[in-house]
Amino acid sequence: MTKVDKSGVPAGLWSRCEGCGHMLYEKEVADAHFVCPECDHHRRLDARARVRQLADPDSFEEFATDLTPTDPLHFKDRITYKDRLKREQSRTGEVEAVIVGRAFIRGRAVILGVMNPSFIMASMGAVVGEKITRSIERAIEENLPLVLVTASGGARMQEGMISLMQMAKTSAALARLDDSGGLYIVVATDPTTAGVAASFASLGDVIIAEPHAMIGFAGPRVIANTINAELPDEFQTAEFMLEHGFVDRIVHRSDLRREVARIIDYCGK
Amino acid sequence: MNSKPNIAASTSMGVGGLLEFEKPLARIQNDIDEMQREQGETDRDVATDVRQQKTRYKATLKRLYASLTPWETVLVARHPKRPLSTDYLRMIFRDFAELHGDRLFGDDPAMITGFARLRGHKVMFIGHNKGKDVKERIKCNFGCAHPEGYRKALQKMKLAEKYGVPVVCLIDTQGAYPGVGAEERGIGYAIATNLMEMSRLRTPVVCVVIGEGGSGGALGIAVGDRVAMFQNSFYSVISPEGCAAILWKSAEQRKHAAEALRLTASDLLKFNIISEIVPEPLGGAHRDPEAAAANLEKFLNTSLNSLKRMTLTNLIRRRQEKIRHFGNFFDDPASVKQPAKATARAASRASRLGRTLTRTRTRNVTA
Repeated sequence: MTKVDKSGVPAGLWSRCEGCGHMLYEKEVADAHFVCPECDHHRRLDARARVRQLADPDSFEEFATDLTPTDPLHFKDRITYKDRLKREQSRTGEVEAVIVGRAFIRGRAVILGVMNPSFIMASMGAVVGEKITRSIERAIEENLPLVLVTASGGARMQEGMISLMQMAKTSAALARLDDSGGLYIVVATDPTTAGVAASFASLGDVIIAEPHAMIGFAGPRVIANTINAELPDEFQTAEFMLEHGFVDRIVHRSDLRREVARIIDYCGK
Repeated sequence: MNSKPNIAASTSMGVGGLLEFEKPLARIQNDIDEMQREQGETDRDVATDVRQQKTRYKATLKRLYASLTPWETVLVARHPKRPLSTDYLRMIFRDFAELHGDRLFGDDPAMITGFARLRGHKVMFIGHNKGKDVKERIKCNFGCAHPEGYRKALQKMKLAEKYGVPVVCLIDTQGAYPGVGAEERGIGYAIATNLMEMSRLRTPVVCVVIGEGGSGGALGIAVGDRVAMFQNSFYSVISPEGCAAILWKSAEQRKHAAEALRLTASDLLKFNIISEIVPEPLGGAHRDPEAAAANLEKFLNTSLNSLKRMTLTNLIRRRQEKIRHFGNFFDDPASVKQPAKATARAASRASRLGRTLTRTRTRNVTA
């Protein structure tokens, strides 16, 4: 793992691309939205960096900032869940694995939610489910398009069934958004998997994915064990999902703002 | 999150179909067998002794089951002789008209759907099917459904909705099938769609976890007005084995994982994730399937009676409200609980349509 600081920028002036191994000048990569100029590898982004790229400058007004995770199960594996949370919070400077707010994208008002893969792999517990649900409800109330940038390892084991129920909660809220005629755009980024892939990340009116993002339900190792064979090339990538009809467009990170704005305009809001 | 389909339960079986924690019963049973053999050989009347031992057997059984650990509950829920959805279908439902088609890809034998009657109710029966014997188990992937299974279930729920027929879902799966085909055909999208559509299905939905409630594969047919669990079933975000492998880096820690995950019916009742526990006969459903079936029948009948009395508007509003507050375990210093305006809107829309359940004859109309 590359050491990542608060802003999502790996320490040091130079780094090696995780895609092609090429040595990259960090400043250059940052200017290119953290996409490798050699191989187009889209590096994972933390939520704040994503908001800076996607939303108009200083337009993001975050809400539901006070929600903090608890430890309803008193979960303890090798370390306690409480300690794990504290560690992640101090490491990332974030309270939880998603931020939601009102924003503008190329002048269009939206409700924007962004998951943070650097916080316990953006797994979904009660707070993530609640914040996503509140963003959906805000989109209904304010009659605004909803844009969710997904990235998640799935449900958060340390919250047990409470986390599984967030799948039902977010999906039920999306039924209400759908009933109200609201637009919902998913931007699926690396990795969008398991419980999140089997709930709100799959329910967009339009689903955009970043190139090569891993998108899938079951873990690839579990599948390989089950079928006792090698997995096909590009299995569970954005390209695979596009080929099989579960993603609408694959969009390069530098084109995301334009593409999201274009879809919003077509959907008339 | 899935675990590899296997016959895990069989590995924990000892002699006489007893689970590993039931060993004390094996000793008593041995004593009884020996006494009876002795009687055959020596003509000594052992009736009193046998009766005594049988009382002891029952007392031990009671003691063992009064304090099942979470891992022991998992073993009971996976017992190879535990009644399956097809057993309950046979025991308490009549006149089953199986309907196979998902209209998209193919039939999934891991999911059984069709019209049936339960006492005075017409229902749409939906259930995971684990299979009774080895051949059937292999055919239906041990109850691990593919996308077509979830789509078949939804297709039939929509049919039931159109004619105001309540839906009954029996959940019993390790999880959705983790395979290449399942991913190619959009297992994530299939489950997500079920969650969304079941939350607004305009007919009563009653769900019961009868054995294993394995993660998203279970939840995919477990969103409803009443969600209950059999006393010794379990319902978990990940299998204890899978959780142990990830968090403890050792599948050996599955007992600890089972404990930590809080996957038993009594725990989930406390967290308001289920609304009721359906009792099982002493020693688990597999010791007296008829008694378990009678309890299930009673629960389903009572639930359907009360749900059918509600107006459709009320039913959907309450279901949405219940789901809205699922797992609300967090600190919110602002403590601004957002009123579910959208729910109110959906409710007012429904009341405009002014349909009560008994009169429903039209498909879900989006305004």
